[in-house]
Amino acid sequence: MNAARVTEAPRQALQSPEVLAVDALDAYFGASRVVRDVSFTVQSGQVTAIIGPSGCGKSTLLRCLNRMHETVPGARVEGEVRFQGKDIYGSSVSAIGVRRHIGMVFQRPTPFPTMSIRDNVAAGLKILPRSERPSRGQTDEIVERALRRTALWDEVHDRLGANATALSGGQQQRLCVARALATSPTVLLLDEPTASLDPISTQRIEELVYELRSEVTIIIVTHNMQQAARISDRTAFMLSGELVEYAPTNVLFTTPRDPRTDAYVTGRFG
Amino acid sequence: MIGLTFLAALIAVLPLTLIVWHLIRQGATSVNLDFFTHMPKPTGDAGGGMANAIVGTGVLVLLASVIGLPVGIFAGLYLAEQRGARLATAVRFLSDVLNGLPSIVLGIFAWGLLVRPFKHFSALAGGMALAAMMIPFVTRTTEEMIRLVPVSMREAALALGYTKWRTSLSIVLRTALPGIVTGTLIAVARIAGETAPLIFTAFGNSFWSISPTQPIAALPMQIYFYATAPYDDWHAQAWAGALVLLGLVLIISVAARFATRSRAGLGSD
Repeated sequence: MNAARVTEAPRQALQSPEVLAVDALDAYFGASRVVRDVSFTVQSGQVTAIIGPSGCGKSTLLRCLNRMHETVPGARVEGEVRFQGKDIYGSSVSAIGVRRHIGMVFQRPTPFPTMSIRDNVAAGLKILPRSERPSRGQTDEIVERALRRTALWDEVHDRLGANATALSGGQQQRLCVARALATSPTVLLLDEPTASLDPISTQRIEELVYELRSEVTIIIVTHNMQQAARISDRTAFMLSGELVEYAPTNVLFTTPRDPRTDAYVTGRFG
Repeated sequence: MIGLTFLAALIAVLPLTLIVWHLIRQGATSVNLDFFTHMPKPTGDAGGGMANAIVGTGVLVLLASVIGLPVGIFAGLYLAEQRGARLATAVRFLSDVLNGLPSIVLGIFAWGLLVRPFKHFSALAGGMALAAMMIPFVTRTTEEMIRLVPVSMREAALALGYTKWRTSLSIVLRTALPGIVTGTLIAVARIAGETAPLIFTAFGNSFWSISPTQPIAALPMQIYFYATAPYDDWHAQAWAGALVLLGLVLIISVAARFATRSRAGLGSD
């Protein structure tokens, strides 16, 4: 959580299994190719950051990992994304099922405004198939656990029935993280989650990411290089849709192999 | 320049002010409890009221809403969800055309469809004519309200594993509901005061009737009949009816405004 993190030895000593493998991924908006032939793998239990200048395709790449990219009219994907060995774009795979195992938190906090805090966190549980749906008591436990993990429980436990929009921006974003965690996803995708938050809330979220690493594999897109350096184990640098370099964070920031990476992390362009 | 715009604003407000003042002056004396509770008396007898017309307007609005609201809201949902589809573009255009049609034309349509084949006037025919007026308005306001719901909210639901239609119904529609209710209230206020489409569909009724298959009285129509009659006491009743109708429409419009104001800011990020 400070400068020492950047020089810490990489955690590759553990033989973590591959949880996500991206293979020759192309993403299109109509005829425009915004993600070009990207391939990389993500190990379980690690925090991976994706950095790059605006418009480089990092958010689009992230959205391909839980099949959110295709929800935009005219958007399509080519290539493979293997989650625990199975291609999520396979013909027999349902996007809904994928999204239950690969959760996402967006840049702007989006609590559902007509629901209470409790119902917001439980929103993902309500839609599970009947056989998997938890009972009311189990739901309450899950909600409490999710709120504790996001450090919200102490602040809201006495007003779980209050409308979610009564919370501050930072609290709402933590609520969105709690909501995503409630369904126990294997992977959590964070798309610039602190971009619209104040520094204190940002720090809280970063601490949260650090604490969650052992339970959930996290991939975070950020345009804040220092944030990537603070919290991630591996970093991917993207430029104009291409994956330029993918390395342990301390290596990427101190001794990058590609001159373009070097130019970006030293601030020569951005 | 400011003076000119100020003057124009004053002139714009003038008709409403004059109408309200005139109605109060002419009709206030005739509005009493009898007006709301009694039936019209035969010509020559003083007193009586417009109870059947007031209730009749209620029945017609209810019939129109039962048909018009579900159709309008779901059509609006379709238009908002399938924005670019060719059918959606066509429906939107036709809806706007229908919205601008003179109400008497809609009355003739309902007459041809529901009065002529059955050889008698009915409240149902009147309700259908009013529904035809209500549908395009409710469709457009529903579409606008649903489009106000930010895409980010829809995406948040999809990312949780909601299907597209579950997102539309459970999340988007629920969020847009206060705005849709407001649009509904405004549509109701509009059709409550319509006369032309009712003249040859509901036709009017001097007696008490709430049956959908029989002619039914309605407040705007009753005002028209009484105002054009040669009896003074009927004229007084017409003034009273006009005042009550104005009051009704004003109450609904104010309620609609109040509902909008108390809504938490949507799309405010």
